[in-house]
Amino acid sequence: MDLDALANCLTSTSCLVTQTTSGLIIGMLLFLVAAGLTLIFGVLKVVNFTHGSFYMIGAYLALTVNELTGSYTLAVLGAAAGVGLFAFVFERFFMSKVYGSNVLMQLLVCYAFILILDDAVKIIWGPEFKSMGMATAFQKPPLFIGGGIVPVFYLFLIVVTLIISVVLWLVITRTRFGTVVRAAAVNPSMVSALGINTGLVYSGVFVLGGMLAGLAGGLAAPVRSLTAGMGFSILIESFIVTVIGGMGSIAGALIGSILIGLVRAFGSIGFPLFVEGLMFLLMAVILILKPSGLLGKEG
Amino acid sequence: MARKRADLDRRTVLKGAAAGAAATIFAPNIVAAQSKVMRIGVPTILSGRVAQLGTSSRNALQMEVEKINAAGGLAGRQIELVVRDSKGQPQEAARVSRELVNSDGCEILLDAEASSGSFAVQEVAKDLGVLVMHTNSETSSLTADPKIRIPLAFRSCRQGIHDAVASGAYAAEIAKAKKLTRWGTCSPDYAYGRDNTQLFIEYLKHFNPGIEVITDAWPKLFQPDYTEVITKVLQAKPQALYSALWGGDLTSWVDQANIYGLFSQMEVFAINMADYTALTAVKNLPKGIHSATRYIKSYPNTPQNAAYADAYRARFKEYPTNWSWENSVGINFIAAAAKKANSADGKKIAEAMRGLKIESPFGTDGTITMRAEDQTVIGYAIGWGTTISKEPYVPEVTGASWDSILKLEAEWKKRNNYL
Repeated sequence: MDLDALANCLTSTSCLVTQTTSGLIIGMLLFLVAAGLTLIFGVLKVVNFTHGSFYMIGAYLALTVNELTGSYTLAVLGAAAGVGLFAFVFERFFMSKVYGSNVLMQLLVCYAFILILDDAVKIIWGPEFKSMGMATAFQKPPLFIGGGIVPVFYLFLIVVTLIISVVLWLVITRTRFGTVVRAAAVNPSMVSALGINTGLVYSGVFVLGGMLAGLAGGLAAPVRSLTAGMGFSILIESFIVTVIGGMGSIAGALIGSILIGLVRAFGSIGFPLFVEGLMFLLMAVILILKPSGLLGKEG
Repeated sequence: MARKRADLDRRTVLKGAAAGAAATIFAPNIVAAQSKVMRIGVPTILSGRVAQLGTSSRNALQMEVEKINAAGGLAGRQIELVVRDSKGQPQEAARVSRELVNSDGCEILLDAEASSGSFAVQEVAKDLGVLVMHTNSETSSLTADPKIRIPLAFRSCRQGIHDAVASGAYAAEIAKAKKLTRWGTCSPDYAYGRDNTQLFIEYLKHFNPGIEVITDAWPKLFQPDYTEVITKVLQAKPQALYSALWGGDLTSWVDQANIYGLFSQMEVFAINMADYTALTAVKNLPKGIHSATRYIKSYPNTPQNAAYADAYRARFKEYPTNWSWENSVGINFIAAAAKKANSADGKKIAEAMRGLKIESPFGTDGTITMRAEDQTVIGYAIGWGTTISKEPYVPEVTGASWDSILKLEAEWKKRNNYL
């Protein structure tokens, strides 16, 4: 524990700026993965344990598209589209078969796919870790704001993820698709009785969630080492986020992600050996005070 | 795939068609050298995050065994390698090793495990009384500690204590020249990262007492996002930073630290950077990172070493790793000792190996010695240099002084009551 360092940090602008942006960047990338996870849970009532693998596939697809085209933009879009397509196939042929089954069955199907996808990645891209490299546009010295250090690439990521969050919010609250999705989350049989194909709605939600994870993988690829199994750690953190924010709540996921990001950023200064523990501690405290999570619905 | 030990009945079985696919694949070797074949069991890591290192061990062994067999094998007996995956788990390494000896008829174990596994293999070798060559475990106590050391166990790889002295001496020189007094560390939070960093700082201070460590960061092993540890180090503003991160962790840390401009704000000493697995993976490798050589074609800067790297690359489409050279040395020591003893018997090979000096492209002076007193290699190439972003990656390497390493190693052994 180093509370002096934490106190010094909290009273210095440079440290506050640096750590807050680093907290935001950790949080926003986490949010993209967690948002899809919580969206799928909210509507389909299944926990998609393969979500971390979607993130992994996104990163690898981005790597390949980047190698082929040299364009980071295309790489990110390719990752989202590719994972969306994969999510569609996965949902239609596998997940949709276990919607009514018990959690154990769903868990088994997902776990099987985690293993299959990890191995598929090894076969296609090789077992050794890969690095995508930074687009030349972002190979710039960092910005110094108020004495704090803010990398240009991270500023870009924060802006992009914020735009995605706003678009996601608009889609869910302001479009017909969003209305149907929200209705299906509350009462799927009524939605079905009104002549809406709920299967299609489920598929759409799953694909949307998958695309978000793919986007996150593609966006983060330049600063992550790509390995088979890289989806697992992000999956655990995404779970903490969704539990903190309330299962099924996208706004909750946003708050949870930023909380986790800030806990990591400032925790590493004050409690360098207990950063992981802090996240779980935060989760435990929130669950004790509000068992359904910050924005989760009771019951 | 099930494999049974070859025996005389097998020949008749093989002639029939019923032996199955497994038998047909392995049949030529078994039939050709029924009584003479010498099986060497190799437990190593062929799956999981460090599978690349295990594969590179197998590749290196394969290359050397072909040469040794062409030159007559072990005292006239052809070598057959039996390689098994331990998945990097110590209990699995122990189980596999036992099986290699008891069921597969291996007479020597060549332990290409990481440190955690090699202690388990050592126990099995002790129990079964077979010769074992540890080729990858760099934990010093494996051979230094007389309570752990056994007469039939040898080591053919670099050692933590040698690395620490060499690194401390090199970094202290740079620190003096560039007046780097405020240091930070950033290493993975597990046994290797902690021990390595602590020893490095100890010898850095030994060679340059004016140094103080003002910040330390301990990211978890395989952590995907290093942002908070990077910014923590940046906040503390050290003049130099030491890191024992390795593999994919090191490359993603480099990528992430790069966008913070970390490499222009301090001198970075990353001991595991100069290994091709990391060097070739990083796309925007910053110039000027100090690193120890793990395996690199440019050091020792000899035609023999370059030829080794090129032959390996031509065959396996990638450069050798740190584990590759260590395995090459291991199998060559066994072959040289068998030749000297004119026997393939484990105990006689062990006897001949103590104190043996062999020619090797990986030796500082073209030779490597198996020190008799603790049965571990000395005189192998250790050096430090700075990176450039493309081949040869580390063009200039400063070799470490083995005199200084051996002297400080002896003091270290005394302090630990190993002598």
